[in-house]
Amino acid sequence: MERVLMKGNEAFGEGAVRAGCRHFFGYPITPQSELPHYLARRLPEVGGLYLQAESEVAAINMVYGAAAAGARVMTSSSSPGISLMQEGISYIACAELPCVVVNIMRGGPGLGNIAPSQADYFQAVKGGGHGDYRLPVLAPASIQEIIDLIVLAFDLADKYRNPVMVVGDGILGQMMEPVELGPAPEVTPPPKPWATTGTLGRKSRNVVNSLYIEPEELEKVNLRLQAKYKQVEQEEKRWEEYRADDAQVIIVAFGMVARIAKAVVDSMRMAGIPVGLIRPVTLYPFPDKPLAASASGAAKAFLVVEMNAGQMLEDVKLAVCGRKPVHFYGRTGGMVTSVAEVEGKVRDIWEGLK
Amino acid sequence: MAVSTKRTQGLADKHFHYCPGCTHGIIHRLVAEAIEELGVLEKTVGVCPVGCAVFAYDYFNCDMIEAAHGRAPAVATGVKRVLPESVVFTYQGDGDLAAIGTAETVHAAARGERITTIFVNNAVYGMTGGQMAPTTLLGQKTTTTPFGRQSSVAGYPLKVSEMVATIDGAAYVTRVAVNSPKNILRAKKAILKAFNVQLKGLGFSLVEVLSTCPTNWGLSPPEALRWVKEKMIPVYPLGDFKVPEDEV
Repeated sequence: MERVLMKGNEAFGEGAVRAGCRHFFGYPITPQSELPHYLARRLPEVGGLYLQAESEVAAINMVYGAAAAGARVMTSSSSPGISLMQEGISYIACAELPCVVVNIMRGGPGLGNIAPSQADYFQAVKGGGHGDYRLPVLAPASIQEIIDLIVLAFDLADKYRNPVMVVGDGILGQMMEPVELGPAPEVTPPPKPWATTGTLGRKSRNVVNSLYIEPEELEKVNLRLQAKYKQVEQEEKRWEEYRADDAQVIIVAFGMVARIAKAVVDSMRMAGIPVGLIRPVTLYPFPDKPLAASASGAAKAFLVVEMNAGQMLEDVKLAVCGRKPVHFYGRTGGMVTSVAEVEGKVRDIWEGLK
Repeated sequence: MAVSTKRTQGLADKHFHYCPGCTHGIIHRLVAEAIEELGVLEKTVGVCPVGCAVFAYDYFNCDMIEAAHGRAPAVATGVKRVLPESVVFTYQGDGDLAAIGTAETVHAAARGERITTIFVNNAVYGMTGGQMAPTTLLGQKTTTTPFGRQSSVAGYPLKVSEMVATIDGAAYVTRVAVNSPKNILRAKKAILKAFNVQLKGLGFSLVEVLSTCPTNWGLSPPEALRWVKEKMIPVYPLGDFKVPEDEV
């Protein structure tokens, strides 16, 4: 199998090409720039189109138009740019169009900085823009997983006719790792009879819309969306467990922080402390099942580690539901959690349990 | 008996919601007739705005997309880049196109997008209650310029066609009005030409149409038509601002 060294941002691009994405609209922002650089070269090779928009606002609306026309389409940005896209994402969610949005998160709030962060968790998993809507949110933790999850992201987008967000932090975007590409996945997007492609060959015309002036009608739309999100919650929860079976302290972390946490699990096990990791792969729907199971099982305490001030922490607390204490350790502003810091926190918790 | 005139296939069988004396209905009909006459109805995708024409997706008898306020040219770009053989138009008012969507308009023109923009300028925000638009005339009373638009406070009317005509990617830019039968016929020709420019792949085409808003202008329909002639046209002169090079 072909093994190549790839940068995270490039892997997002190659993953998209492998998923059959042929249209990308974006606007430059650090630290995701290598992704559009890659696609600007790569997409024309496969008959696709890279188009630089005049703003993130325009980019997401180009995505809206391309998705309405039936294309597999993607955009990417970083935190401040994703904020600008929220208007469009809300419209796309209500109009029920499939697309993929990549957020390589950086330090915030405001202009913040260009260092790694996970501070857009709330924005990604709780809706982000106006109105009651949700996006499936995927959080890869390696370059290999980027390649795999981007394909899944497009499939989920088509399956649910919904935007899907893939989040990484600046580390994941910038670092290089060997990747096994394997044979290109078989891409079979479902038929899109709703697409606005012109009425030729169709009896009735298609309208892509998110305006429902009658409250009774808009409530029906909302109920349909909520039923869809319920199905997403039932069918799409994904997570990884690492040495979690007999662990008495469970670390919960996503993305690159989970890589750091794995090192902590190993070192703590060497020191005789039974630590395990539960890594949400889908941030929405949040994988509450393994956390609830651990809370009723061997786990005596949970430690949520994030590169933010405690956002996923709320979802972990909801899953654990008061059955066991939930601790938190986080760094903000683009500071990256170190193994030693998390080890120190685990030791404190372990001492408290004795 | 021979049929001398009939309802255009370009419009759906649906009552307009527009106010009495508003000329949106005429402009809808001209656009619909042009699409039908060019034989491209089945490959047309329209993008409608936020504003008085927000329900235009109910009226045009082709595939339609409702865009966010000001974003129609970006949405149209997405459609056209995926379906280059389609005919794509946006239908936008002055708030949508010339205020919140200025960037999308200018850059769609700059990219030379092969789309056609119908820009309805009635110098006021209609749907939201008669507020000042970027195209509101100096001295014109609106709900947010109750003493008349003063340049010292609210700046000057934006001349969109003149501005867009400076952009290389814009192939055809013209301003018409629908305040008289003669002007309506001219407007129809301009709209036909704009779609032809798109079909020939020459670049971005924009038809600015001076339109009435009797409700928010506080005038009767006949007075509103006169107001277009006496007040608007002197500020927004009619005519071509850019034509394709082979027709110069």
